[in-house]
Amino acid sequence: MKKQEYSIEHAKFIKKRRMNIALVWGLRIGLLAILLGFWELSTACGWVDPFLMSSPSRIGATIASLYRDGSLFYHIGVTLAETLVGFAIAVGLGVVIALALWWSDTLCKVLEPYIVVLNALPKIALGPLIIIWFGTGSKAIIFMTVLVGIIVSTMHMLSAFLATNKNKILLLRSMGATKLQILQKLVIPSARPSFISMLKVNVGMAWIGSIMGEYIVSRAGLGYLIVYGGQVFKLDLVMSATFILCVLAAGMYFLVVLLEKVLIKNAES
Amino acid sequence: MKKEILRFTDVKLTYHTVRGETTAAENLNFSVNEGEFVAIIGPSGCGKTTLLSLAAGLLKPSAGEVESQGSFGYMLQKDELFPWRTIEKNIFLPLEVKKIGTPENKARAISLAEKYGLKDFLRSYPSQLSGGMRQRAALIRTLASDPDILLLDEPFSALDYQTRLNVCEDVSSIIRSEGKTALLITHDISEAISLADRVLVLTKRPARVSYEHALDFDGVNNPLKRREMRGFSEWFEILWKELNG
Repeated sequence: MKKQEYSIEHAKFIKKRRMNIALVWGLRIGLLAILLGFWELSTACGWVDPFLMSSPSRIGATIASLYRDGSLFYHIGVTLAETLVGFAIAVGLGVVIALALWWSDTLCKVLEPYIVVLNALPKIALGPLIIIWFGTGSKAIIFMTVLVGIIVSTMHMLSAFLATNKNKILLLRSMGATKLQILQKLVIPSARPSFISMLKVNVGMAWIGSIMGEYIVSRAGLGYLIVYGGQVFKLDLVMSATFILCVLAAGMYFLVVLLEKVLIKNAES
Repeated sequence: MKKEILRFTDVKLTYHTVRGETTAAENLNFSVNEGEFVAIIGPSGCGKTTLLSLAAGLLKPSAGEVESQGSFGYMLQKDELFPWRTIEKNIFLPLEVKKIGTPENKARAISLAEKYGLKDFLRSYPSQLSGGMRQRAALIRTLASDPDILLLDEPFSALDYQTRLNVCEDVSSIIRSEGKTALLITHDISEAISLADRVLVLTKRPARVSYEHALDFDGVNNPLKRREMRGFSEWFEILWKELNG
């Protein structure tokens, strides 16, 4: 980049912008501190029962003890693996199915009512079936995760593929492009922003699937900790697992945002 | 006698929808000679774009015949540059699609782009170019595969007035200096007069050619100069009447 001299006014503008960003971040962190502080204070002063409400310090202690007995990363690992595998399969299959439906109009029309019904069906209703078919291990949970995500990814990508600019298709056809070339050169690249938004939606879906799966059947994982904690009335454990889930889900979301930056250059928009 | 490069003979085209059928064109006859710039004007909704699709072979006529010698390049109302490709890669698109992306062809496309003022923009993305430059890039893309006939579907109508005159000028001079045959579809009478060697007037649906005029501006091909000439307003009046008659 070339260095360029800007006016004082511009420097002021940049400074003001930076101040604004700093202010927003300051307030965000401040809000979190106030919420946590109030929570801690209200349990310490006995305004609410820490046995029912837990508290930030008790959550910290619980996570520390989970870490000490070595089960912290075990449970995180189990849930994370189930979520990521389920996420990858749901996204991958969703894209492939959407491509097939884009390719064949007839197939799309034939399958449409099935997709609509599967989309509307609450997947948890299939819980008992999944236990019987896949047992009580990770396989069942991954299946549940895929089930929750796959229809959404398929529908999301199909509508993106179908929304490809008609004039650009005409342009390619006038160059004598085959359907495969139209797919490769136009349909897939122009669906990249939708692919990213589909990933973002699916991060949420994958966590819903894996935790729901663990609620129904599991002997390990964060969902298992939450259910177990609820059953034996260890609210500290429930809160701790929930907190870890928040962190993991946010981390996964930010990875997608990072991917977006790599995949879609600024100059394109 | 110049060589005929495109001919429509008694062309009929019928569209079928669930609600019924529409005859878009009937008894459509015309031809385009090599090196000629032909403009087609017609009332809106008369199926002008359909006509280009027929010419390019994207649609088959329901009856009659469309004969053509040579390859086509299509230029649309909007530039339709692919935003994720640089200008250079956009220009290579027809070469890629036709699988003729040889080093010579690529070099030829690049030299065309350089010749017509896109040299500094080859590595830019379309969003970094002005509307006029984008349309110019679209024309270079159309020319990249060295087509014999250019099909121009209202290529200026999405531009603001000033840009439009400039791009019109650009396109005219590029097409003339490359010696290309062009078939322009437009609803803008003055655009047709300022660009073409010959103007065809279409009727309302079903479209056929109602009038045909060879324009003679004493060999002046520059659109802006033509607009200043006396014959311009006379032609405008004639075509206006025919279009509304």
